[in-house]
Amino acid sequence: MGIEVRHITKTFGAFAALRDVSLSVARGELVALLGPSGSGKTTLLRIIAGLETPDPAEGSGLFFHDKDIARRPVRDRGVGFVFQHYALFRHMSVFENVAFGLRVKPRRTRPSRQEIHNRVLSLLKLVQLDSMAGRYPSQLSGGQRQRVALARALAVEPQVLLLDEPFGALDAKVRLELRQWLRRLHDELHVTSVFVTHDQEEALEVADRVVVMNEGRIVQVGSAEEVFHHPADEFVMNFLGNVNVFHGRVQNGRAQLGPLQLECTEHASSQPVAARAFVRPYELDVDDHANGQPCFPAVVQHINAAGPRVKLTLTTGDETPLHAEISLERLHLLNLRPGMTVYVSPRDVRMFLDAAQPNVHTWSADRPIHVEFEPPRLERR
Amino acid sequence: MQATGAIAPVFAADASVPRSARAERRWTRWLLIGGSLGFLGLVLVVPLIAVFTEALRGGLRTYLASFADADARAAIWLTLTVAAIAVPANLVFGVMAAWAIAKFDFVGKSVLTTLIDLPFAVSPVVSGLIYVLLFGLQGWLGPWLAEHNARVIFAVPGIVLATMFVTFPFVARELIPLMQEQGSEEEQAALSLGASGWQCFWRVTLPNVKWALLYGVILCNARAMGEFGAVSVVSGHIRGQTNTMPLHVEILYNEYNFVGAFAVASLLALLALATLAAKSAVEWRHRALRRSGSAALASSTACGSVPN
Repeated sequence: MGIEVRHITKTFGAFAALRDVSLSVARGELVALLGPSGSGKTTLLRIIAGLETPDPAEGSGLFFHDKDIARRPVRDRGVGFVFQHYALFRHMSVFENVAFGLRVKPRRTRPSRQEIHNRVLSLLKLVQLDSMAGRYPSQLSGGQRQRVALARALAVEPQVLLLDEPFGALDAKVRLELRQWLRRLHDELHVTSVFVTHDQEEALEVADRVVVMNEGRIVQVGSAEEVFHHPADEFVMNFLGNVNVFHGRVQNGRAQLGPLQLECTEHASSQPVAARAFVRPYELDVDDHANGQPCFPAVVQHINAAGPRVKLTLTTGDETPLHAEISLERLHLLNLRPGMTVYVSPRDVRMFLDAAQPNVHTWSADRPIHVEFEPPRLERR
Repeated sequence: MQATGAIAPVFAADASVPRSARAERRWTRWLLIGGSLGFLGLVLVVPLIAVFTEALRGGLRTYLASFADADARAAIWLTLTVAAIAVPANLVFGVMAAWAIAKFDFVGKSVLTTLIDLPFAVSPVVSGLIYVLLFGLQGWLGPWLAEHNARVIFAVPGIVLATMFVTFPFVARELIPLMQEQGSEEEQAALSLGASGWQCFWRVTLPNVKWALLYGVILCNARAMGEFGAVSVVSGHIRGQTNTMPLHVEILYNEYNFVGAFAVASLLALLALATLAAKSAVEWRHRALRRSGSAALASSTACGSVPN
């Protein structure tokens, strides 16, 4: 194991930042900690780095490459830490920034002057900044600064690389370039890495595995595909990508969720149970007539055709606006205009019931619908 | 014509409002500049010129002869000694206090912040009296000190203590806001790269605040050499022994030795001018460094040769 976190809890006063978190990161893996602000992702990263100490607890522990490092101070952990706001040494040149970690080594392990020079230059080449060695941080753009910070962290040949919202302070275009570049760099270096982000797209694109966090807990761990298509609970469903939510109840094997009516044989009791159904915008089919599929009418409010997919905003009268995505061809075929009435049929519905029963897939008119029961774990919130 | 009639007054008002606003601004500006320059001239420049004219009234030879006097030399020497002790002591204290306040959260932080400002709020005479009450013969520790044959009041240690008390906010006050603004991320980065606390301080923290530190030291030094009130209370005015330059000026003046008084005073004035020059140089250098930094950034982004 590259990094192993066992039963870590951290409270700041009355606020519980982390509640009994355990996590394993394989050697050479690139893992994203994803969650909204306040979910504890940065705290977890800082605890791994040693910049924060976890609450003392029975059975808690922290291991790098199977070595217990829980009691080691930051400087002895061999971590490379990249800060959101770079934290470059402002009075040092780019070269000196990268050389810092080598120069502060004890004399026994410190490389020679020439070795330091060579190592720094090769690192600057790696981050494509060898021409900027003499510049000061204030003379660089945000993207360049973050690359210097990365080179500086890599200079000490860290056991693990930790990045705290590394692209959070950059503008959209640079962010996109830099994250693809980070992915390529990781493929080259294979340093065990953990990065924190609140941007789901960034996490899904860059990471080998995504760790979704909420309210101090790990909610789901999995590949980008897994967390996106098989979310563990409502929070993950809601947090990853746009989603339409239908609120309603299930009774006598039927679900009435706003305009949506579904069969739900799992709950045949006459006792009504609250339920929520989640449908992603691209899982909604739009037609200009009722075509035999289970559907409900809606009125087109707004059409945004900028981009490869057309984004429709629909109203169903009593509900919050509904978002649907269709292709440009479909838009032209149906000749949609604002104010038109259309018929919406969901292709894939994921339903969560407020009852502690096992997850089941049910309701297929001719396509599958996922019905999932609220896991009891979340009831404690 | 009817159609534009409704619009015309709007235009007229539009044009007239800025003009009167500008006129008012110019008028206010001259009043403010003139007022402050006049005030400065009356209160600062005229007395400064007076000091040098009075000092040189008897010619350069008499002026220089005033410094040949043993008591004057002793006073100059004492002032330099006091500054040489008080300034480094406050430098260390200031850095420690600023570090503690800016980088750590602890109980009593706001109390410490307030206490640092205390010498600014208290009259220097009171500061001096505090030490007389503590170390004087009738004071709390006086008898014990007398037993051990140690003198604080009416001796050099008392003068140093009083000077330190009066000057201790200068360094800390310069550093605290800067260090708070800079935060501790750079230190955390240094630690994560394997630096020890000591390396972190010398290589990261100190270089980041060096200009503010220098600025604080300059101000601290100026005040340490010029302090009158607190020192006057604890010194005892023993000629050749416990007289600092400001006290010596007063004694000479009271003895109608105007040339001597103004000569020593002119030294203090020169010190003030040198301090101002040093302070401006520090500020100018600091600004120039910042400017060159941002100018280079502007040029590098403008030419577009830099890959992002």
